[in-house]
Amino acid sequence: MKGWEMTEKCLCEPNEVIIFSCAGSSNVGQIANQAAIKLAQDGVGRYFCLAGIGGHVSGMIESTKAGKMLIAIDGCSVGSAKKTLEHAGFNISEHVQVTDLGIEKNHNLNILSPDINKVAQHLESQISQRRGLR
Amino acid sequence: MKIEVLGMGCTNCNKLYQNAVEAVKLSGKEIEVTKVEDIKKIMSYGVLSTPALVIDGLVKVAGKVPKVEDIKEWIK
Repeated sequence: MKGWEMTEKCLCEPNEVIIFSCAGSSNVGQIANQAAIKLAQDGVGRYFCLAGIGGHVSGMIESTKAGKMLIAIDGCSVGSAKKTLEHAGFNISEHVQVTDLGIEKNHNLNILSPDINKVAQHLESQISQRRGLR
Repeated sequence: MKIEVLGMGCTNCNKLYQNAVEAVKLSGKEIEVTKVEDIKKIMSYGVLSTPALVIDGLVKVAGKVPKVEDIKEWIK
C-alpha cells in the first residue's frame, strides 16, 4: 500500500520515513517540495508539514517524534528545512540540497519534471542504502 | 481537565484508552476520557500517527502507547 493512500484509511501504521521539504519561494524550493510529494506518492515515506514543526503544533511535533528516519529536502544552502527541524530538536537522518545536485537556483517557478525526478531518485537511493544498513 | 484518545479503533488505540482510564482512576480525579475515532477530527490536531493522547487540547504523545505512570504524571 502506498504511503499517501494510508493517510485516508488509518494512521496507526508506523511512519518509518518522514519527509519534510523547505518549499521555498524559488525554483529549487518548489522542486524540493514536489520531490517530497513524489516520494510520498511512490510510497517511500510520509510527507509531513514543515510549517507545523516551525509553529510548534503539538500534534505534528509528537507525530514526528514517532518517526524512525527523518528526511529533509532543502532547495539551497539557506537550509531552512534542516534548520527548522534542528531548532525543534530533531536529528535528521538524511539531508539533501537541490542545488548540490547541479540545479541552479533562480526565481522562475515553472519547474521541470526531470529536475523533480532527479531529486526524488537521489533520495530514494539514499533511503534504500540507509534501510540496508539498519 | 479533558483527556482525548485519538485513534480509529486499532489494538494500540484501545490499549491507550485503557491506560488513560486507569491513570485517571489511580489519580483519584474526576476527568473525562473520550475516544476520538473520526479521522477528520484526528487530523484537525495535526496528528499523523495514532494512537495519540490529548490533554486539554495539547497532544502529549502520538504514534505510541504511553505507560499508565506517564499519563498519571501528566494529569497531576
